[in-house]
Amino acid sequence: MAVIAPEQEQQELSPKDQRRFDRRQRLSRWDVKYSPYLYISPFFILFALVGLFPLVYTSWVSLHDWNLIGGKGDFVGFENYATVVQQPLFWRGLRNTFSIFLLSSVPQVIIALFLAAMLDANLRAKTFWRMGVLLPYVVMPVAVGMIFNKVFADQSGMANALLEKVGIGPIGWHSDVLASHIAIATMVDFRWTGYNTLILLAAMQAIPQDLYEAAVVDGAARWRQFRSITIPSLRPTLIFVIITSTIGGLQIFDEPRMFDQTGQGGSDRQWMTVTMYLYELGWGAQKSFGRASAVAWILFLIILVIGAINFWLTRRISGTESSESKKGAKR
Amino acid sequence: MSSVGMIEQTAGKGAARYAARRRGNALGVGSNRRGGWVTYTLLTIVLLISFYPIYYTFLLASSDAPTIAQNPIPSLIPGGNFLDNISRVLNSDIKFWQALWNSIVVAVVTSVSVVLFATLAGFSFAKLRFRGRRALLVFVIATMAVPTQLGVVPLFILMSELGWTGKLIAVIVPGMVTAFGVFWMTQYFEESLPYELIEAARVDGCNMIRTFWNVALPAAKPAAAMLALFTFVASWTNFFWPFIVLGSSNPTLPVSLQLLQASYFKDYSLIMAGVVLATIPLILLFIVAGKQLVSGIMAGAVKG
Repeated sequence: MAVIAPEQEQQELSPKDQRRFDRRQRLSRWDVKYSPYLYISPFFILFALVGLFPLVYTSWVSLHDWNLIGGKGDFVGFENYATVVQQPLFWRGLRNTFSIFLLSSVPQVIIALFLAAMLDANLRAKTFWRMGVLLPYVVMPVAVGMIFNKVFADQSGMANALLEKVGIGPIGWHSDVLASHIAIATMVDFRWTGYNTLILLAAMQAIPQDLYEAAVVDGAARWRQFRSITIPSLRPTLIFVIITSTIGGLQIFDEPRMFDQTGQGGSDRQWMTVTMYLYELGWGAQKSFGRASAVAWILFLIILVIGAINFWLTRRISGTESSESKKGAKR
Repeated sequence: MSSVGMIEQTAGKGAARYAARRRGNALGVGSNRRGGWVTYTLLTIVLLISFYPIYYTFLLASSDAPTIAQNPIPSLIPGGNFLDNISRVLNSDIKFWQALWNSIVVAVVTSVSVVLFATLAGFSFAKLRFRGRRALLVFVIATMAVPTQLGVVPLFILMSELGWTGKLIAVIVPGMVTAFGVFWMTQYFEESLPYELIEAARVDGCNMIRTFWNVALPAAKPAAAMLALFTFVASWTNFFWPFIVLGSSNPTLPVSLQLLQASYFKDYSLIMAGVVLATIPLILLFIVAGKQLVSGIMAGAVKG
């Protein structure tokens, strides 16, 4: 099976052996040349088929009268978009999605940062604490939705019972718009805060120790170190965490879907998200794939724009922090 | 620790120890900071918040409907109806056993497939030379930021055309290899598979696929195990697509749980028993492999 044979052996080969040798060498060359592409091809083929193609094709479907049962109908141009944009439900879905997204992601990143800072200390039983914060990650979002649906029940729910003890009147966790958003944001954070904490913790541990030592010499207190060294050093990781939570957060479906037994997003659709609306258009009463696709495409564009804004903002915010720390160092 | 060293030289060992301790408590230095009782107290509270909702689920699952209605804050001692409620879930029409089996099949097949294809691609990206390598890898990473879930409509049309709706294959195929997996394995191979091993295998006459099988795959075991874990959890908890394409006729666990809540919404003891049943497998996995999950997330973060 020698691929690279010593020169002298080659000269002594019979013509037949020579041919066989050539063929083997050619095969080996092909092997070297094309195998790398062959090995990476499953990803690209699958992504093209179930990722890229559906996404592009969504725009095609969105330009048609297209029914779940009846299939493709007439080309209608941007009519689906026009119809969707005129629906108050669409805008309500968008409002709810953004509200839930902000209410979940902002506290989540802040809490995760502080938790990570705590876990970054020299603790006893490190793994135990780390596993502890990660535990909710293994509870499926559907189950989280069902658990918190009960915790936040308007009557005989645990949240209201606890609040009553400290003298806060019953909150309409399901009936009130903002309260329902807070409840759903709580579910999201319950499952994901620990996960993001560990990502940030890992990044914190990669910060060189001498940066802190220099700060201590300069007389920086702990809060100052956290603000001027830790946060700026975490910039790439923060961008990663924020972008992934944006992509996921704007497509949220499971938790709000399970926040009551009908899955419609409340009597007044007070917690119906865009993805829930998409589902309802496509697989609910209307069975309109055209309109569902229009919604999907709009949401896709929104996510792209928000992603870009996020990226820019995160860079700026932690960017000013680090220039501040440079200024601080001069003093 | 340099300033402590200096104190030791100038003011003696006791002063140095004092300075070190003071710095440890008041001006903690990064990871060397000793955790004080405040940290432990706060972390304990966080731990209780993590754990309580799961325990709460068990408490309700062991109770009965009237008790739950009367006591919004359940007693910390479980009731005696747990097994009874479990058997009611098993005998209800949510097809629990079928859903459990489906979830296991989907999660196992997906994990094995992701590990195999991601390892293959990672080996290629990290250790083989070919034109366009860099650009293709960047493309793979960029796809992680694409919200592919929004392509559900055409994906559903595609699955209908193939006659796959309601079949497990419709859930398995789209998840067979992930960008995250490819990226993860590429990183791992770049760091921990020496070129010498590959060269040795090539000189010994191994062709590419044998080199992969005999050298790269065994070397990838730790990273592959972690990737399998994460894929398993993601697959087990996945709801949106299975819900759409499988429906309640051939559900996975999250889909059948949804059905349970839709049909028995008044009886929380039953619903929570269902939640416990669907969650136990992953809790067990967490007990066995939680440590690996933690280090997996942390390893991925540093690279990513």
